[in-house]
Amino acid sequence: MALKIVKGSIDRMFDKNLQDLVRGIRNHKDDEAKYISTCIDEIKQELKQDNIAVKANAVCKLTYLQMLGYDVSWAAFNIVEVMSSSKFTYKRIGYLAASQCFHESTDVIMLTTNQIRKDLSSPNQYDTGVALTGLSCFVTPDLARDLANDIMTLMSHTKPYIRKKAVLIMYKVFLKYPESLRPAFPRLKEKLEDPDPGVQSAAVNVICELARRNPKNYLSLAPLFFKLMTSSTNNWVLIKIIKLFGALTPLEPRLGKKLIEPLTNLIHSTSAMSLLYECVNTVIAVLISLSSGMPNHSASIQLCVQKLRILIEDSDQNLKYLGLLAMSKILKTHPKSVQSHKDLILQCLDDKDESIRLRALDLLYGMVSKKNLMEIVKKLMLHVDKAEGTTYRDELLTKIIDICSQSNYQYITNFEWYISILVELTRLEGTRHGHLIASQMLDVAIRVKAIRVFAVAQMATLLDNAHLLTGNMQRNGICEVLYAAAWICGEFSEHLENPMQTLEAMLRPKVATLPGHIQAVYVQNAAKLFATVLKSQEGNTDGTVTQDTSQLMIERLPVFVQSANLEVQERASCILQLVKYIQKLQQKDVEVAEEVSALFAGELNPVAPKAQKKVPVPEGLDLDTWINEPPSESESEDEQPKAIFTKEEPKHSRARHTEVDEKELARRREARKQEQANNPFYIKSSPSSQKVYQETPGVDHIPVIQIDLTVPLKVPGLPMSDQYVKLEEERRQKERAEKKKKDKKKRKEKRSGRGKKHDSGPESEEDITPAHMVDIVTEEMPENALPSDDDEKDPNDPHKALDIDLDKPLADSEKIPVRSHRAAEAAKSPVEDRDADGIATQLPKKKHGKEKREEKKKKDKDRERKKSKDEKKKKKHKSEEKDGDLLGAEVDEPVVQSEEPSQASEPPTSNSAEVSDLDFWLSNAPVPSNIQEVPKVAAAEAASAAEVISGGAQDSEPDEPKDAEMEATKPSKHKKKKQKKEKEDKEKKKKKHHHYHHHSDGVGEESVQNGTVEEEEEPLPSMSNYCLLAENSYIKMMMEDADQVYDIQGNLQDGSQVVVSVIFENKCDSFLKSMEFNVLDSLNSKLQRPEGSGPHDSLAVPFQLPPGVSNEARYVFTVQSIVMPQKLKGTLTFIVKTEESSTHEKLDFKLHFTCTSYLITTPCYSDAFAKLLESADLKSSSVRLEGVNMPFHHLLARICFHHHFSVVERIDSCASMYSRSIQGHHVCLLVKTSGQTVSIDAKCDEPMLLGNVLDEIKQTFSQC
Amino acid sequence: MIKAILMFNNHGKPRLSKFYEHYTKDTEQQIIRETFHLVSKRDENVCNFLEGGMLIGGSDYKLIYRHYATLYFVFCVDSSESELGILDLIQVFVETLDKCFENVCELDLIFHVDKVHNILAEMVMGGMVLETNMNEIITQVDAQNKMEKSEAGIAGAPARAVSAVKNMKLPEMPRNINIGDINIKVPNLPSFK
Repeated sequence: MALKIVKGSIDRMFDKNLQDLVRGIRNHKDDEAKYISTCIDEIKQELKQDNIAVKANAVCKLTYLQMLGYDVSWAAFNIVEVMSSSKFTYKRIGYLAASQCFHESTDVIMLTTNQIRKDLSSPNQYDTGVALTGLSCFVTPDLARDLANDIMTLMSHTKPYIRKKAVLIMYKVFLKYPESLRPAFPRLKEKLEDPDPGVQSAAVNVICELARRNPKNYLSLAPLFFKLMTSSTNNWVLIKIIKLFGALTPLEPRLGKKLIEPLTNLIHSTSAMSLLYECVNTVIAVLISLSSGMPNHSASIQLCVQKLRILIEDSDQNLKYLGLLAMSKILKTHPKSVQSHKDLILQCLDDKDESIRLRALDLLYGMVSKKNLMEIVKKLMLHVDKAEGTTYRDELLTKIIDICSQSNYQYITNFEWYISILVELTRLEGTRHGHLIASQMLDVAIRVKAIRVFAVAQMATLLDNAHLLTGNMQRNGICEVLYAAAWICGEFSEHLENPMQTLEAMLRPKVATLPGHIQAVYVQNAAKLFATVLKSQEGNTDGTVTQDTSQLMIERLPVFVQSANLEVQERASCILQLVKYIQKLQQKDVEVAEEVSALFAGELNPVAPKAQKKVPVPEGLDLDTWINEPPSESESEDEQPKAIFTKEEPKHSRARHTEVDEKELARRREARKQEQANNPFYIKSSPSSQKVYQETPGVDHIPVIQIDLTVPLKVPGLPMSDQYVKLEEERRQKERAEKKKKDKKKRKEKRSGRGKKHDSGPESEEDITPAHMVDIVTEEMPENALPSDDDEKDPNDPHKALDIDLDKPLADSEKIPVRSHRAAEAAKSPVEDRDADGIATQLPKKKHGKEKREEKKKKDKDRERKKSKDEKKKKKHKSEEKDGDLLGAEVDEPVVQSEEPSQASEPPTSNSAEVSDLDFWLSNAPVPSNIQEVPKVAAAEAASAAEVISGGAQDSEPDEPKDAEMEATKPSKHKKKKQKKEKEDKEKKKKKHHHYHHHSDGVGEESVQNGTVEEEEEPLPSMSNYCLLAENSYIKMMMEDADQVYDIQGNLQDGSQVVVSVIFENKCDSFLKSMEFNVLDSLNSKLQRPEGSGPHDSLAVPFQLPPGVSNEARYVFTVQSIVMPQKLKGTLTFIVKTEESSTHEKLDFKLHFTCTSYLITTPCYSDAFAKLLESADLKSSSVRLEGVNMPFHHLLARICFHHHFSVVERIDSCASMYSRSIQGHHVCLLVKTSGQTVSIDAKCDEPMLLGNVLDEIKQTFSQC
Repeated sequence: MIKAILMFNNHGKPRLSKFYEHYTKDTEQQIIRETFHLVSKRDENVCNFLEGGMLIGGSDYKLIYRHYATLYFVFCVDSSESELGILDLIQVFVETLDKCFENVCELDLIFHVDKVHNILAEMVMGGMVLETNMNEIITQVDAQNKMEKSEAGIAGAPARAVSAVKNMKLPEMPRNINIGDINIKVPNLPSFK
């Protein structure tokens, strides 16, 4: 055998391996593609072979080729094959290839589910690790759903290596399968306090990632993180936590206050720049959240700014960059403190590193003020000239425009200067931002009325020199400015010095080479100019000028009429005809100027970009209702256009609605004006309002400053913005002098006792008055515009789905679905899976009832929880009032708390309790004044947390006293119902109990409290009710009976039902399918079959079994008499499918129904129990067990577990127990122990049943 | 989150690419190319951060890179990662490679890209930092390699011999990418634990 293997590998060793492939590629530099294609052919051959080593080698090579950009998706199935190899070497290759090539739409992924599950539960930690790593790269929603539970289990793995990976991968699972977040969260939270730092760090990592997207759901974790922050020494963890706090503080300002102190301490103490930087960042975030201006925090700002300055001054470019980045955050709320570092930031503009220059630019944006705007922009303009590379220059250009136009041109005091800047910017070659400049020109010219004269003159010069701009215009975006220039000249042509000249410039033949949309504007505005010329010549009796103009138009327009651009053509031909007609009229000496200019009358106001959206929907108009009933469902999909039409209908009607007659319109306009006049927030085009934020009342009294006449209105050639800087300086000085004079005058006036009030309006604003009194016309909004916030989130953001409230208690329906197939491994712990599995694998007709029951359960649970919560709160407050010693004493408890396995079905500690916890933590605890106090706070916090948890643990304790009370007060009529409820409670608890054991196996050393046994000191051994049913070389059947017993509405005559769970486990290497389960019914017990099938028909098992997999099915039996144990013979038939053949096999088994299986665990209370014993009709019997060598509580647990009893009372070594049969028989036990002898005295109203039960108990203990 | 980890040499040849989010293979190649163009034209003494722009992820993402001798190591991360932390992580990665390959050079990485992937998998998983402690990473990598060796056992011997013979013909190339030289002043993040 070994020889064969060696021989095989000798054959193989001349195959090309990865190294050979790489070497080959390097040796074929000239014909690489050809070489690789032959290699791919070889690989295809190798993949066809059976030898897994050859396949793995081939897949390994493919992974390399994938990196080079070759398509390897065709080998996806082979990758899966290699993944499923049993050897780690190959498995790793397979998973690596999968992680590189697979993605959500790879269809073979669904074949991997079982393989991955098997690997996850592999005893070899590296198999598991490799599977987790691979899965993290290609997890799909399906995989996430199917494997969530397995990964959850791994989070409590004994090896930190696995725990770490399992915790980390949960984030990916949450993303793909958001429903898993809530069930998994308690355990994730628990991992924050894992003893292994790696696991802890992973948990912090995941929660930070989650919280970053939906911070509000994680606010309740703040105390825990605070504790971690003050205790952890791991910089990675600290950085993550501090970043997380940065995200949380905006939501809870009190948290910020608490954080400032420890953070500043960290800033002072840490030597790690990364940590320092993050601390500064978070302090900034805190300060932003506290922006209400806490006076004592100015020190913190100063500290931050000062530290950042150190970073920026550092020679390390990275620190410089980050310093600037953080600085820009401070800038938003505390611009003053940053502005003092203007020198430093301007210095950074000269840095050789582009990233740093860009950061510095960002900062400048926020640093400008009226005072320094001109100076800063001047500096930037210098940079524009110097800048190499268009990207940076474009960036500069946009920044200049951003800086100037920000908040509605707030900082611009001289718009002439701004227009000059814009015109200067047009001289930039090859910029992409022509349209940006153009829109700025338009915006300023339209909205700043006072500037129009100047703007028009500048634009006319631009048009005149258009050839300068359009040098090589194809790739030149700058010609866009001509669009603006032409429009401004046309629209405001009344300000033109020499309209004829401009008109001539606009009609030059070269214009025809401009882009179509610009030509169209040229043509249209030429017409406007034409109208202006006519109008200006109106009084003139000499008609030559008008004649010449018309002639010019008629000569030049035909070029445009021939344009290929539709828009240009249409406009040109229209206007040409118009001009021809006018010419005719002119020749007849008809006055036409009035009519022609009427064509272009009226003012165009800017419309806000969102105006359309904000049009309010008129009352009574529902845009969503159908005007006509939609056609039938199927049609509406195809006939999209129709639907659109009907939807648009309302809009049309509204448009029509506005087309009312002129009178009505005029009346409305009047009304609107009236309304606007009375509206202080409407900025009117009256000569007064200077700034948007100025209040109207003072407006009328503001003296209108005359336009500074030192500014030449016509600038020869292109303007230089620099002169404005000087002029501005002079102007300001002059103003200052004037103001002083005025002040003196004022004072004089005051002294002279005149009571006239003077409004010193604009001077108050930074002492700088604008050179022009300008109206900045606001953009028009429709009347009654609706205020709306538009921060719509991206609907495709996967994190949106994770916006889940984690504090709400878990509902029963929120379980992670458990596999329908499972790996062989899982059979060891069937108990755990059982209950979760229940819903899924149950027979369909049981489903409904079960759900109902669960709902009820949930309600009960909630009620219980509420009560205990209240108690908890009271308790907590009490204990808080007590002195600190108590708190200190309780600090030890968290150990217990963190070890307690929280289960998927267990709710996280209840909502309101936690919130109040947080409140307490945030408000009550004093802000530590020095570092020593911090641990104390943390301790107090830990203590309260411990209380919450221990409160939670009380939840799981039986509520006997409470329930007993209830029973006493309730009329006995309800007793039956109640009992049922109690039974359910019990059942639930029992399940928890099962669950519990499973986990304590893993974790291992906890003392146990559960529904049936109290106050135990030692751990209970794990128990299972599953027993071997039958087994052969193919399959193994395990059976558990009567965990769930149904009685149908208490109708005892109908008999009762017993549910049997059978686990089928595939033991062979082949596929098992077509399994059929059949039982030979007896008179007393019958298998319930679906309606319509005969009494001997077999039931198909609802699944197939791949190798090594096990699954569970449940069968319901109807039983008549329950006093005797029974045996039923059955057969399982199935088909074994191997690659070559399939064989039919069968397996016989015997189902053994013990009397125990007819008992239901039912709680009973000591008083009821006593009454029961007093009643005469109970027959008694007793049994003695010798040599029982186990602690008493184990013994009780065993009876409870295997025989469905519950403990009523336990006094030392004596206990009373109770159970009830499905047909209502009471069974009471009195168990006493002395040494190794156990005596059981029993009473029951059915002696035969009792005898059998006792026999069974005896048997149970004789086995051990 | 780390969105991608790229390694390429001074000529833009990819040496390792790990994307933690799915892109088509064409986009992946394009990202590698463009990242190379962005990174390669930067001077040695400028900062190690670059705004990724629309190339990858959008404005929230940054490229953080380091240049060691002939190789660029580029991490594309979003704002939840600390920039300086990632720089340090790159350093840890390179030092780990240096330990695992004993004086790592570009050739090692070219011929053993699978091993590099395995080492990386112990540091970063699914885009999240898994481990930053170099000793822990090396322990786990070694343990897995040992397992691989024991699996190969007697059967692997001839193959090993052959590959040893083949490797003798490796072209002479500088064996060292000079870690010592590039111990660029790491903003001193004290050792991770």
